[in-house]
Amino acid sequence: MSTAVTNTAPTGERQVQHHPKDTLLRDDRLPHIWCPTCGIGTAVSCFVEALRESGIPEEKCVVVSGIGCTGRVAGYLNLDSFHTTHGRAIPFATGVALANPDLHVVVFSGDGDLVAIGGNHLINAARRNMNLTVICVNNFIYGMTGGQCASTTPETARTSTSPRGNTEYPFNVPYLMEACGASYIARWTVLHIRRLKKAMTEALNKNGFAFVEVIAPCSTLYSRRNKLGTGYDLMKFYHDNAEIRHGANTKDVGIGFQTKIIVGKFVDITKPTFLEKYQGKTTGGGK
Amino acid sequence: MKLWRTPLDADKVRVPHGVVSIIIERCKGCSFCVEYCPRDVLIISKKFNKKGYHYPEVISAGLCVDCNLCEDICPEFAIYSDPEEQHSTAQTKENA
Repeated sequence: MSTAVTNTAPTGERQVQHHPKDTLLRDDRLPHIWCPTCGIGTAVSCFVEALRESGIPEEKCVVVSGIGCTGRVAGYLNLDSFHTTHGRAIPFATGVALANPDLHVVVFSGDGDLVAIGGNHLINAARRNMNLTVICVNNFIYGMTGGQCASTTPETARTSTSPRGNTEYPFNVPYLMEACGASYIARWTVLHIRRLKKAMTEALNKNGFAFVEVIAPCSTLYSRRNKLGTGYDLMKFYHDNAEIRHGANTKDVGIGFQTKIIVGKFVDITKPTFLEKYQGKTTGGGK
Repeated sequence: MKLWRTPLDADKVRVPHGVVSIIIERCKGCSFCVEYCPRDVLIISKKFNKKGYHYPEVISAGLCVDCNLCEDICPEFAIYSDPEEQHSTAQTKENA
């Protein structure tokens, strides 16, 4: 990689124009639109590293995103990527995965897009054990549209549509995914970069429906409305309150407002995927 | 680091050294790299970049152990570290 060094400062850092991860990023689109201290950039950084570690060739990886802050990921990755309509990332990805089973199809989207508006698609893709890797960045709020209450917003959290505190029960997404039959379920915060990277690598190499929930800070809306400080304060909160519990019962991993966050790898099972079962019926035996 | 006895392979173990590179114009001043650097190599600079953010600056370059934590945690793809040897060989090549 050619790095144009403009200045070698006496203090020791080099001022450069290119980053080693730029080969997998559309660097002409950078700096990206995410707010300062937003966690999505870190999740993308971990994904780029995980893709390299997984050994999957770049031309065999497809990234599909929906709408929202995290929906921008497809536009920043220098891979075959598609930015779909709101909530419809999984149907599009299902089509890609079935039309060309050699591809590794990744759905990289937010909680509002995947769990709320595309909730039915998420449930049914997990039920069918479709060969997809779903990375869901959960920041507990609809970020891009102005901080409305989402289906993952914890109870009592304030948003622009629940100014006196949310009264709804939120989704416990890993529990939902296990009930639907996903093969791999993990949850990490963006502070656990090495573990998140490992989970993404495992999810990319998993044959079946792999779901990784990434807890990320939203500094401009969630944190500001709830007077939680900046994204860095939320990172400190994750440091103090995230508890690693591998194989935990997903029933117990729901997230309340500023309560303990249980992270870890919850489910890792092997079972035939949709395509394997379908091909077994249509081409095998012929009875 | 304090050791209660000198390890038998002490002469073979080499602590890696890294050189930190920063893309100043991408930085949005989140301070993650400064706060989470295990060797406290970085500080927030008093200077601004073009967008008006305070970017990180290296204060103790010799302490960097090339752990790449700043590279992984940076949400802006604006900082990374290279092994020092690689940097010095590249520089000699440039000079030659």
